[in-house]
Parts: sequence; structure tokens; C-alpha cells
Amino acid sequence: MEDGKVISIEGLKKHFPMGSGRFTALNGIDLAFGEGEFTGIIGPSGSGKTTLLNIIGTLDNPSEGRAVILGHSVSELTPAESASLRKTQLGFIFQTYNLFQVHTVYENVEFPLLLQGIANNRRRQMVLDALEWVGLTDKINSRPAQLSGGESQRVAIARAMVKRPAVVLADEPTANLDAANSHNILQTMEKLNRELKTTFLFATHDEKVIGYVRRKIWLADGMVARDELIEKN
Amino acid sequence: MIKFLLRGLLRDRHRSLLPFLVTLIGVMLTVVFHAWMTGVIGNSIEFSARFASGHVKVMTRAYSENAAQAPNDLALIGTDTLTAGLSERWPEMEFAGRIHFAGIIDAPDSLGETREQGPAMGFGIDLLSGNMAEAERMNIPSSLRSGRLPERKNEVLISRLFADKLGVVPGDVITLVGSSMYGELAMHNFTVSGTVDFGTTALDRGTVIADIGDVRDALNMEDAAGEILGFFRTGVYDAERASAICEEFNRAYNTPDDEFSPLMTSLSQDKTMGFLVEYSGKLQAILVALFIMAMSLILWNAGLLGGLRRYSEFGMRLAIGESKGHVYRTMMMESLLIGFFGSAAGVAFGMIISLFLQNHGIDLGVMMKNASVMMPSVFRAHITPATWYVGFIPGLISSQIGSMLSGIGIYKRQTAQLFKELEQ
Repeated sequence: MEDGKVISIEGLKKHFPMGSGRFTALNGIDLAFGEGEFTGIIGPSGSGKTTLLNIIGTLDNPSEGRAVILGHSVSELTPAESASLRKTQLGFIFQTYNLFQVHTVYENVEFPLLLQGIANNRRRQMVLDALEWVGLTDKINSRPAQLSGGESQRVAIARAMVKRPAVVLADEPTANLDAANSHNILQTMEKLNRELKTTFLFATHDEKVIGYVRRKIWLADGMVARDELIEKN
Repeated sequence: MIKFLLRGLLRDRHRSLLPFLVTLIGVMLTVVFHAWMTGVIGNSIEFSARFASGHVKVMTRAYSENAAQAPNDLALIGTDTLTAGLSERWPEMEFAGRIHFAGIIDAPDSLGETREQGPAMGFGIDLLSGNMAEAERMNIPSSLRSGRLPERKNEVLISRLFADKLGVVPGDVITLVGSSMYGELAMHNFTVSGTVDFGTTALDRGTVIADIGDVRDALNMEDAAGEILGFFRTGVYDAERASAICEEFNRAYNTPDDEFSPLMTSLSQDKTMGFLVEYSGKLQAILVALFIMAMSLILWNAGLLGGLRRYSEFGMRLAIGESKGHVYRTMMMESLLIGFFGSAAGVAFGMIISLFLQNHGIDLGVMMKNASVMMPSVFRAHITPATWYVGFIPGLISSQIGSMLSGIGIYKRQTAQLFKELEQ
């Protein structure tokens, strides 16, 4: 890792073809994130925050510049290497939860560990630990359709956290939740961030999320407009 | 991981039940279609072989050129010696002389005056020698509807519809008015011993069957026969062997300059059946191939729809860290399982239906009321070894192809695009 940074981004640009020309989603981003950060990437729709999260999550490649995630340059990773990095070190949380509807809560959380080939006993313990973190041990046999929005998002958090990733990327995680559930979810993630030293990056424009993060990075037109560190007790 | 996928497969009916049913129905239809086509074509060929063309047939060259008119004035003579020679030379075949004839059947009243008349076609076959091969070949014992088979000279069987039309019953005397081998008027009395139903309209409309000896007497055809039919003792027509036998026979017996020299033709060379024999296999293959292609398109479409419906799931799995190759392989494994069980169930159901159609058949006699072609009116399916795999293999392959094609989308789409689709 470069200078102890978990994520290091230099001169990052991302263009998308649009008609005969191209659309620039990111236009020269320089950022670095350390271990255990709880950071919000804030901006309106089209500001480039999801694109930035996709590149950090090795789901997309930079057009120009460099993004180094946990010591790996994203543009130099093969598809298999980026899949491997996501499998072990990166967790994702989505606005729409994206749980596997036909599987139980337990099976949803278990899935990342199955990909890693972790042995049955250890896997079971890790799943139960993750469900305990989010307070859902009583719902292990429920299906997503039987859960509330808040509960579904907590399952998604457990699924992202069960493999103890170094970085969790959360794209608008509270957008579909009411205020009470949003606070509950954010408190859960904040607790995990403190206890496990996991780096959390949020793409958001939700004031509730902004109120929790300890670093706020405002994006506008694909560029960093402001990078603000908040001191919290 | 396998358990996880199996659970998903069993719980998600769109992923399992729907493609399973599509595969089952497609395979079942292919199996039934194949058995039906095999049966119908096979029935028609065998029916025609038994009644008309034999597996091989010996006629004079002149007779063969006008065979449709059954010109007995051009018949073979010295047939007893010729038949014996044929049986000795090709013991794998059974040879029998036959006479086709046509005439008027006159049914007299109690005073001997004409009560009813009707045109008839007739078969003179071996019925009285004690060898039942010809009678069984023409399915006469089981076609008997009243009376009995001829046991004495000058007894005749008559088709039931014809008997009803003439108002005759077993025991009645009828008169054949026809033309002898030498062109004279021939009249001969027969006693009706029984009535028969052949199940083919062309025969049931007006047929009489008598012993070949009696027909010879009636038509003045001493030691003559219109044709000598040969049948493989196995009961199965072997086109290659039949052709070789014909070639050998014609080399030995046929003289091109003599129109009365015997000429042997095979079923494949028969003017009407030859086409069916030669092209039935190809026609069947084409029809089955078209059917399989259509089924593959349906299964591909089902696989495509299933795959598209699961793009968000695939996007999620990729985001969690599963490789594209692994997602693709699991898709293929799922479709292999569905294809296997769907195809197996399709074969089972298809076989049950085919077996029913093989045993009971479908009577299309009503549709063939005015048909002049000699075909069975009850069509039956026929299960062959190919019926077992003709549906199973395409079912398995086409469901795999369907998944392969729909899975290509996973490779073509950028991971980020799949990821974006999660939010839709």
C-alpha cells in the first residue's frame, strides 16, 4: 500500500462514449483514503460519485490517471484479479439491497464465504457473528420478502461485512429507508467501522448520511469541489 | 456452492419449473413426432409391401410395364418351377405367387337371376396349401369379421363393405365375371366363406380373395401368376440386399430382348413405393431436424429470458467477487441439470404417448373414404431405438445452447454495466 493508504487516486479521469463525442464523468480526481475512514462522497446526480465508487470497487477501469486499491493498480488488474480482490477485500452495499430473493437471510450472508471456499464450521460461525453485528440472529431463516426495508439493508451490511473486508463501498445506502431505519443502519455501520477498522466510503446526497461521516468529499462536474475532515468525539 | 445453486434452482420456479416444462414439452413432442412419423411411413411401406409390391417382385418385363392394370395376359408362366428355384437360391426369402385380377361380382337371387352387381378387385393367393404365410402376411385371419377362411376349393373371402353392398353372407354363392389370361370371357362361381375388414378404404370398397389355384382355374392361368413376391424371412426390408438379389436374378434370368422373360424389382424400385422408401428416411430426418431447430429456438428464448431476468443477480454475484467465468459455468450447470431432467421427463411422457399410439393407433379411415391409394386407415406410431435419444439429446443440447447464448451477454456486458443494472 502506498504510504499506508488503503486507496490512492491520482489524476483520475473517466470518459464514456456519448453519440459521436464523449461524456467526462470524472475529470482529474486526486484523493487518498486511509484505514478505518468513514467518508462520504457527496454530490448531486451526475456528479461522478457512483463512477468513482465503481472504479474503486474494480468494477470499472479509469480512462486516464491511476487508482491504486490495497496496493493494486485497478487498470493493471486482470478480470480474475479484480474479482479476487472484490471477493476478499471489498464489500458492497446498494440502495436497493440486492439480496438473493430465493435464499434465506443466512444463505445471503453465507454466499461471499462460499466463494472463498471457507470450511463449513468456520463459515457458520462467521455468518452468525455478522448477523449478530446487525442484530438479525432471529431472522436467519427468513426470506428477503419477509423483511422490512431496514432489515433487508442490515442483511446487505452483514453480507458485505461477513468476509471482514478492508473497504466497504456503499452507494446511497439509505435512499430507500425512512429516517429511523436510516439512523439505525448508519449507527450499525459506524459501530462496525470503529470496531473492525473497516474503511467505509459512501456515495450519497442524503443529509442523514452526511451527518455521520467523518470526512466529506464534495464532487461537482467530475471534480473534487471540497474535501473536509470533521472532528468528532 | 453447489447446494446454494441447487437451492436457488429448486426455489425459483422461473429458473427451474418454467425451463423444465419447456424442455419437457419440446422433448415430448419430438419423441411423439418421431415415433409417429416412423410408424406412419413404416406402416405405409410395409402395408404396401405385403399387399402389392413385396420386398422383391418377379414379373414379366411386359407385365411390369403395365403392372397397374394387372395385365394377366402378360403373366409369368411356369411359376411353380420358378418359385421353387427362387426359394432354393435365396433361402433367406420366402416366395409366393399371386394373381391380381379385376372383374364384376354378380350376386344372384334364389332363381339365379342377378340381384346385385359390383366391380371388384381380387387377389389370388395361397390359401389352401396349408401354409398360412400369405394369409398372415395380408393379416387375413385377424381381419375376418364373419364366417371362416377358405378351406375347400372355390371358396372366397369378400370385404365386408362389399358384402353388405351386394347383400351376401357366408354360404352364399357369387359369380366372378372377368377376362381369362387369353382374353376370353371368364365366369366362375365361388362360395363366400367369410367377410373381412382390411382397415384400408381402397381394399374394403370391393375386394375378393381366393386361393391362387381357384383363380388359375377361373382365369385359365394354368401354372401362371401375375407376379411372384419375395419377402425377407426377418420381416424387415433390407434395401441393399434386395438390390443385390435383383441384380443377380436379372443377370441370370432376364433377357432384354424378350418381353416375357422374368424381371425382378425391389421395393425401392417400385414406382410408387420407391420414392417413399428412398426419401422417407431423409424426409423424416428433415422434419425431425426442423422440429428440433424450432424447439432449440424456443429453449434458447426461454434461456435468454431466464438469463436476462437474472442479470441483477449476476451483477450482484460479480460485485461480491464471483468471476464471470464462474457465473457462466454455474449457469451452464443449472441448464444441464434442467436439460437432463426435463429431457428425461420429456422422453418418459413422449414414450407413454407413443406406446399408446403404437398399440391403439389413430383411425383416419373417415378422412380416407375416397382414397384410392392403398394405405392403412389405422395409423400407428412405431417406437425404435432412435426414439429414445432423438428427443433427449436435442433437449439437452438446445437448453445448453440457449443458456450459452444468453450467457454471452454476461461476457459482453461491462461489469460496471451489470452493476448499474442492479439499481434498475
